[in-house]
Formats: sequence, structure tokens, C-alpha cells
Amino acid sequence: MDIAAINGNIATVGYGLAAIGPAIGVGIVVGKTIEGVARQPELAGRLQVLMYIGIAFTEALAFIGIAVGFIFQ
Amino acid sequence: MSTVRRRESFQLNAPKQEIALLANAVNLLVQAASSDGGSFQGPSIDEFFPPTLFTIAGLEFNRITVVRLISTVALILIFWLGTRKMKLIPGRFQSVVEMGLDFVRVNIAEDLLGRKDGRRFLPLLTTIFFMVLFFNITGVIPFLNIAGTAVIGTPLVLAIAAYIAFIYAGVKKSPKNFFRNALFPPGVPWFLYILVTPIEFISTFILRPITLTLRLLMNMVVGHLLLVLFFTGTAFFVFTLGGLWSLFGVVTFAFGFAFSLFEILVAVLQAYVFALLTAVYIQLAVAEEH
Repeated sequence: MDIAAINGNIATVGYGLAAIGPAIGVGIVVGKTIEGVARQPELAGRLQVLMYIGIAFTEALAFIGIAVGFIFQ
Repeated sequence: MSTVRRRESFQLNAPKQEIALLANAVNLLVQAASSDGGSFQGPSIDEFFPPTLFTIAGLEFNRITVVRLISTVALILIFWLGTRKMKLIPGRFQSVVEMGLDFVRVNIAEDLLGRKDGRRFLPLLTTIFFMVLFFNITGVIPFLNIAGTAVIGTPLVLAIAAYIAFIYAGVKKSPKNFFRNALFPPGVPWFLYILVTPIEFISTFILRPITLTLRLLMNMVVGHLLLVLFFTGTAFFVFTLGGLWSLFGVVTFAFGFAFSLFEILVAVLQAYVFALLTAVYIQLAVAEEH
């Protein structure tokens, strides 16, 4: 049994690469929101809404990555 | 305050949901075991294109269409029963329905659009939120097992509705200036328009509906594939390999269960994000030009 052998399309690696950027982006968005809430807890609600909008825009890239995998099979 | 209340009510319902999820898992297991032919077969994209079940007046109905019909009926029934005999002091069921409607009105519409515009677009936002929520949640309901939004039709229709809504809002607000402000943002040196205008055109008028569609669709597709992978994996380890391999099955089953809970969160979150982004796009369109 060949453990290190890779079968199939190299594009399967592509999504892993495509997820790096959005992952870092979402991390920054959430981290900064936590910083903001720690400084000004009374703004927590407003910051949360902005956080979700920011996450939605950032993670869209990751989902385009998945879709591209299906399109260019 | 409201989040605390919501969390309490969630915890009260938790045991029932867990039982339902367990039934869901077992159901998936049995299905997978009966179709398993020796070697492990992971889920494929064919999951989302099931065969036609029956045809009515030339319209083909498959499993996903039936799931959509069921969740639509559930949505209508819940709102009809919840608002049929309205009381000043709401009963338990009525207050749950009111809480949901109030959440969309206060936290999405009025928060982002203000009182006046919020009221104008409230029907659209409420429809989007509850339709997405009910179509998403079928992904973890036993015997339905697939989200109604896991095929491109529903997300695309909703994204087009949002697209029309924000262009309508912008054109209604400033009939002459909407497209000019969107494509040629004021305060930019004229030679930069060569760069800015194509970028603005693509991001506003092409990428917005595409990302709205893909975000919802891919969340549901990936969620379903993950659940199928975990539960077919469990079936493979326990029923096909057996023996000591069953220990791996326990692990994959636990992960599948955890991801079922995660899928509930994703279903609610995606409904919220879809309605929120629609509100944001409308807000950007009706904003005063600077």
C-alpha cells in the first residue's frame, strides 16, 4: 500500500490553497471585533453586525473557490 | 438581554433536538449501509441531482423539490397558526413567532435601513430570512436530510430578488444619479475612472448577486457533503470492516453528530447573513451621495 501516492486531479489541492486567504481574513475580522468589544463593550451589538458583514464578504472568496473546483473539472 | 433569552430557549429545546439529530444520524447510517458494496464510496456531487420521483403537468419533482414543498407548507402553517388568534399577552407559540419577526424587523431592517426605509423593505427581508431559514434547516431534519437551498435554484431566485430590490431602491431614491454614483464615484480624479469604473461595475452589478448565490449554495452543499462523508464513513467502519475498526466508526459518528449541531448554527447564520447583506446593499443604494 502506497501511503504517499496521490490519485486524481491536482485541483483537489486548489481549494486548500484557496481557503488560506479567507481563513486569515476571517481571523483578522473576528480578532479585531473582539479587540473592539474589549475596549468598548457597549458597542458590542453594532460591532457584531459589522463583523458578520465583514465575514460574509471575506468568506465569499472561499466559496468561489469551491464553485470553481466544480466548474473546471 | 435578548441574546440571553434566546440562549435559554435554545437550551430548553436542546434534548428534543438531540434526539432528532440522533434519529437523523441513524437514518443516514442505515441508508448508507444498504447501498454499500464492499469498498468505501465517498459522497459525490450526484447527491444533489436525485432521480425524478413523479411528474405533475410536465413539472418534474425530485427529492429536493419535495423537501422544498414540505418546508414551504411548514412555514405557512407555523405563521398561520402563530398569528391566527393574536392576543395582547402572547401565548408561548405566538411569542416565538413574534420573536422571529421582531428579530428581522429590529436587528436587520431598522438597524441598517432606519425606521422609514426599514418598513418599506421589511416584507422582502422577512421573506428572505424565513425562506432561507426554513429551506436550510431541512438539511438536518431526519428523513428530509437535504437542504432545499442545496441546489442553485432557490439561492439564485432570492439573489435576483435582492438584486432587483437594491437597484429599484437606488433608482427610486435618485433616478438620474444612481448609476452615475455607482459607476463613477465622486471625488476621484478623472483618469482613475479607467480603473475604478470597471472594478465598480463588476463588484456592484455582477459579483453581488453571484456571491449572494454562491455563499448560501456552497454552505449548504459543503455541509451536506460533510455529513454524508461522516455517516457513510461510520457505516463503512462499523458494518463493512467491523471488528476493531468500529472504534474509528465511533469517532466519525461523534464528528458527524457535532457537525449536525454545527449545521443548525450555519443554517440560522446563513439566513441572517443573506437578509443582512440584502439590507446592506439596499442601504448603500439609498445612501445620500457624498
